[in-house]
Amino acid sequence: MSALETFLEGTVRTATPLAFASVGEAVVERSGVINIGLEGAIIAGAFGSFVAAGSGSTWVGFAGAAVAGIAVAAVFAFFAIHIRADQIITGTAISLLGLGLTATLYRQMYGAMGAALSIPTMGVTEIPGLSAIPLIGRPLFAQPAITYVLYLLVPCVWWWMFHTRSGLELRATGEDPRAVIAAGISAKKTQILAVLFGGAMGGISGATLVIAQAGTFAEGMSAGRGFIAIAIVVLGRWHPLGVAAAALIFGAASALQYLFQAMGWSLPYQAFLALPYVLTLLGLAGIAGRAVPPASLARWRD
Amino acid sequence: MTAELVLVADALVRATPLIIAGLAVAWAFRGGVFNIGAEGQLLVGAVAATAVTLLAGNSLGRLTLIPALAAGIIAGAAWAWIAAELKRRFHVLEIISTIMLNFIAIHLVSFLVRGPLQEPTHIYPQTLTFTSSARLPVIIPGTRLHLGFALAIVIAVASSWIFRKTALGFRIRATGASPEAAHTAGLINVERTSMFVFLASGALAGLAGAIEVNGVTFALYENLSPGYGYTAIAVALIAGLNPVGVVFSGIFFGALETGAAALQREFAIPSSLASVVEAALIIAAITVAAIRGRHTLVQSARR
Amino acid sequence: MSETPLALNDITRRFANTVALDSVSLAIHKGKITALLGENGAGKTTLMRIAFGMLQPDSGSISVDDRTVRFTSPADAIAAGIGMVHQQFSLIPAMTVAENVALTGRGQYSLVATKQRLSEIAGKTGLRLNPDAYVAELGSADRQKLEILRTLAHRARVLILDEPTAVLTARDTVELFAQLKSFAHEGGAVVLITHKLADAIEHADEVTVLRRGRSVLTAPMGTVDEPMLIEAMLGAAPPRPTLTAASNDLSRVVASLDHANISLEVRSGEIVGVAALDNAATPILRMLSRRRKVSGSAAMLPAKVGFVPENRRDEALIEDFNLTENVALAGAGSRSGTIDWTGVNDQAEEIISRYHVVASGPSASPASLSGGNQQRFVLGRELIDDPDLIVLENPTQGLDVNAEAFVHSQLRQARDRGAGVIFYSSDLDELIAVSDRVIVVTADGVQSVIPDKNEIGQALLGTRDS
Repeated sequence: MSALETFLEGTVRTATPLAFASVGEAVVERSGVINIGLEGAIIAGAFGSFVAAGSGSTWVGFAGAAVAGIAVAAVFAFFAIHIRADQIITGTAISLLGLGLTATLYRQMYGAMGAALSIPTMGVTEIPGLSAIPLIGRPLFAQPAITYVLYLLVPCVWWWMFHTRSGLELRATGEDPRAVIAAGISAKKTQILAVLFGGAMGGISGATLVIAQAGTFAEGMSAGRGFIAIAIVVLGRWHPLGVAAAALIFGAASALQYLFQAMGWSLPYQAFLALPYVLTLLGLAGIAGRAVPPASLARWRD
Repeated sequence: MTAELVLVADALVRATPLIIAGLAVAWAFRGGVFNIGAEGQLLVGAVAATAVTLLAGNSLGRLTLIPALAAGIIAGAAWAWIAAELKRRFHVLEIISTIMLNFIAIHLVSFLVRGPLQEPTHIYPQTLTFTSSARLPVIIPGTRLHLGFALAIVIAVASSWIFRKTALGFRIRATGASPEAAHTAGLINVERTSMFVFLASGALAGLAGAIEVNGVTFALYENLSPGYGYTAIAVALIAGLNPVGVVFSGIFFGALETGAAALQREFAIPSSLASVVEAALIIAAITVAAIRGRHTLVQSARR
Repeated sequence: MSETPLALNDITRRFANTVALDSVSLAIHKGKITALLGENGAGKTTLMRIAFGMLQPDSGSISVDDRTVRFTSPADAIAAGIGMVHQQFSLIPAMTVAENVALTGRGQYSLVATKQRLSEIAGKTGLRLNPDAYVAELGSADRQKLEILRTLAHRARVLILDEPTAVLTARDTVELFAQLKSFAHEGGAVVLITHKLADAIEHADEVTVLRRGRSVLTAPMGTVDEPMLIEAMLGAAPPRPTLTAASNDLSRVVASLDHANISLEVRSGEIVGVAALDNAATPILRMLSRRRKVSGSAAMLPAKVGFVPENRRDEALIEDFNLTENVALAGAGSRSGTIDWTGVNDQAEEIISRYHVVASGPSASPASLSGGNQQRFVLGRELIDDPDLIVLENPTQGLDVNAEAFVHSQLRQARDRGAGVIFYSSDLDELIAVSDRVIVVTADGVQSVIPDKNEIGQALLGTRDS
């Protein structure tokens, strides 16, 4: 593989878990809820997939991750939507809860020091024909199968959001729940379902880290991806396609180090680690005034 | 010196950064600024204090502490200013920007302790250890309890007085409770007030970092903060954003975390259980608030 | 189809410890416009929310076409052919007309079908809007139109309108009633919730008056007159406002503003009424009250200005603060040092007693006050230090008759002690009754008009020859 191919492959690989989490969060935010607890769903998904995949196939791992993500999201939904506690604080607590609980369970189940157990990872599935395209073929089409699930998911979510009744109801709820209630629709139900979907996607995001990449679980391995995903949703302007594109850009920023290494340029590695966050800040500043969030995001007006 | 006293002192040592960073969060949330970035501000505060301390060497003696803590304050405020300016000019939500800045600060510390600030042998990823004159004085001999704890209490009392009695504190509270009413009914310059709150909050978090390096660790290294800036959010919320309450909840969390570490040593109970307890406490607090009909962040805190 | 498409029978509903509705019955008849009258807080909106399934009654029943039904949500009511035009908050500005219409529907979502339905209705009723226009771009009359279109698109047979004329100009009001009449004529039924007696008397066929949660009068409109309705609404004849002619010395200009194409003066001892469409006057009023910077223009403003914004809940008061803290809010921007809380508390007590605010004391939350008392408190806070200029935006909106009269008398008192008063109202009758002179603010600037409803209406809509 050429340096450029390595860079592109790294881009897609880094972007995949982020795209799952942020497409899910985009749906959540379109319903007027901001789930800062996404980080908790991701780490729960990572842990859930680790446990589930240990006893079955990799796909069982993904299912376990989705269940774990939904469970965390359900806790968030209960407090932030049903009881209507502050979303930001609830989300912060849920992140803390997810990180703490998975670390505790991991140490309990696998020993205090958490021996580095590994599970079989999901190998690369090459798509015949497409993977032979020069330059972009291998980066895009010689990926773990879960990446192809993402390729299908993004257009489906887009179509659903803008061309179905429930998609319309979702968007309307995010703009003004009162108007939706007046139209005879349960805003609460819409929001809860959106949050649970977001949790499932967060869980799958975590599973991707474990099953398609690391092959093991480590405490705190979500490494802030939940928060990055929230920034990506803003960069993608709450649009599924935009969000997927923003995740790719973020992936590219993270993969730049491969390109730099190949070019023989040297920079402290911490600079590469920090670069995506710096770029995110610049990106957020750059779209100033053009990114209009759903009108009732993070608040419920009576 | 009894073992119990040492244990209590250890909990108070652990509580010190939690109280000061907790006050940083309380200031911000009271003023309607959702600064989730106390962690990053604390780290850059620690970096600045370390740099000044190492630069001063033995030249200033005890006086080193003054520029060191001042540097921490300024660095924390400057780090918060980035988020403030991003919000003012580009409407970037501070919830997002401060989290991004936390990650950047973590990598900055990692770079510095493996690069420009690394100890001369280049073996360990940390700075030189501070000379004893650059360390905050211990206030209870035989323990590790340092002057920073006393300072934390003074700041808490002062903060409480500012919020309750002064026009400035009232402007901050009004801006936090309702920017529209603060502007329209109070003719308050909401933008300037928010900026001030941002800087004050960052300054306090930066001071927490400076006090931690000059009072406890005496060197800068990675993982200097086990998430003080995040726990500080819980500390502030449990205290209902009340500055004096922050002292008590800070001590409570300090004891919880030192206790959890001890439990892990003695009984192999994972110390990560502490964050589960913290999360549960936050959720319990906001649930009580929500049931009483307070649903927004500032309202949740005003119980 | 029955002659009574909707009937509410012996409805009782409590909120916490207050009885909002006490065994109220109301029958809506086919082909008729029924006016539901009452003061604010009389229970009109609660009753209609029950009829629309947004609230459930504690006891009593609802029948549709003489069959008893249960509405557990607005969806049930919509399915039963009931449409509601809400006072506010039911359209989504960030979405298009067609999307807003589709939102209320059921079944397969299709923009194409929705647009088709809209053009069908346009052909039948003449109600026409661009289906692709964003609601944010529509004026208040068009939004009202969209609300009605939406109920028609979903084949409503009973149309409930909550204060539909509150935001409409005189001309739009006429058009609205023409549409409602034709809807009734074709077999529909209309419920008009209003506190404007004139609208009800002129357009309704039947009337029901609610007072403090009880139905006190139900009659064909032809059999009642205005004094009877007023007595039913208030329980006694209301105090007649005393219209003292302004005999003040008008030589002193207390405030003047020259900004872009705006030029205006307010003099000591006069009440200036401002007529404007939507929020056209907001920038001027905000500049006069020092709430907005006057850029690159000449302004003479007094040091002490009182300001009463239209949105009391969000802009005038902080609900998390008690009344004393809300008193301290005035002038908070320029205060320094410490706050003398004892002094502020005394001031709060003085406002409460002098302006007859019904509150448990200075430590009460503004949220515990009724709308009228909130306004008395805000007005008191802004008037207590005798400002030279008082600026008000729709100061009586949502107030009952007594609170409205109180506001008017305070404005007159302020004028008579030599202050300049300038207020905007969306109610032209109020402007004419209270103002010493009326100005109209449009995109073209400011013009003085004689205080006559038609003159003002024409100036607002730009149809007057100038």
